[in-house]
Amino acid sequence: MEAEILSIFLAYLKAFAVGGGICLIAQIIINYTDLTAGKILVYFMLAGVVLTSIGLYQPLVEFAGAGATVPISGFGYLLANGAMKGAEKGLFYAVTGALTAASAGVTAAVVFAFLMALIFKSRTKRN
Amino acid sequence: MTGRTRENYNRNYLEYVKTQDPPTKHFKNCLAAFGVGGFICCIGQFIRYMLGYAGLSGDELAGSTSVILIFIGCLLTGLGVYDRIGRYAGAGSIVPITGFANSVTSPAIEFKTEGWIYGMAAKMFTVAGAIIVFGVFSGVIVGLVYLFL
Repeated sequence: MEAEILSIFLAYLKAFAVGGGICLIAQIIINYTDLTAGKILVYFMLAGVVLTSIGLYQPLVEFAGAGATVPISGFGYLLANGAMKGAEKGLFYAVTGALTAASAGVTAAVVFAFLMALIFKSRTKRN
Repeated sequence: MTGRTRENYNRNYLEYVKTQDPPTKHFKNCLAAFGVGGFICCIGQFIRYMLGYAGLSGDELAGSTSVILIFIGCLLTGLGVYDRIGRYAGAGSIVPITGFANSVTSPAIEFKTEGWIYGMAAKMFTVAGAIIVFGVFSGVIVGLVYLFL
């Protein structure tokens, strides 16, 4: 029982450290360059795709769980992983695998954003 | 010749601008990004555990976790809370998947006034569109490389 609690605590600690670390790298890049939020998101997603395709991101996901899958690089991991799994099945699945894997995230973003646009009005930004 | 002097002017001006800039609080920024980013990932880990107890596993578990986080991100954006977190946390709120949700919801709400089709629906993808374009394209390349390897 105690061992289980310890392992759960460790899982949270790893998720915090790795997820926070990825955000820290992004913040350092933002501080020293003038990349906008959109570019940071695209670059980190592409980094996730590249690291997954050369086999470096999978161990990180196994180590840190949500710490590696929640940042946008985890979205890249999802895309690349789907494509790599699809490639085992043939040409059709190699091409469609990436977007199939990402379909849940894209669908959720579109549907929820639509609902929020129905419910909320744009507010003036207080800076 | 003229190009070179213009470059010099530009460089002098940029150096001048730098001296007038208030010093950015690098350390504080980074700490906030680390803390908030790590905290959002812990929420993700919590959702994973809860869904795991509910009997989900594998792709279904990972997908459902993202869907719930995206919902939280969209809702907080709609309520105007996420922008306030973002001002404090910087990359800590941009990089997690909730930041992706924010980048979709924020323009969707803001451009609603320009109409539902060219405003809300089209502007929804100002940032997310770029992510999906590069994501799908690089994903197809990875798939083809693995297929022919």
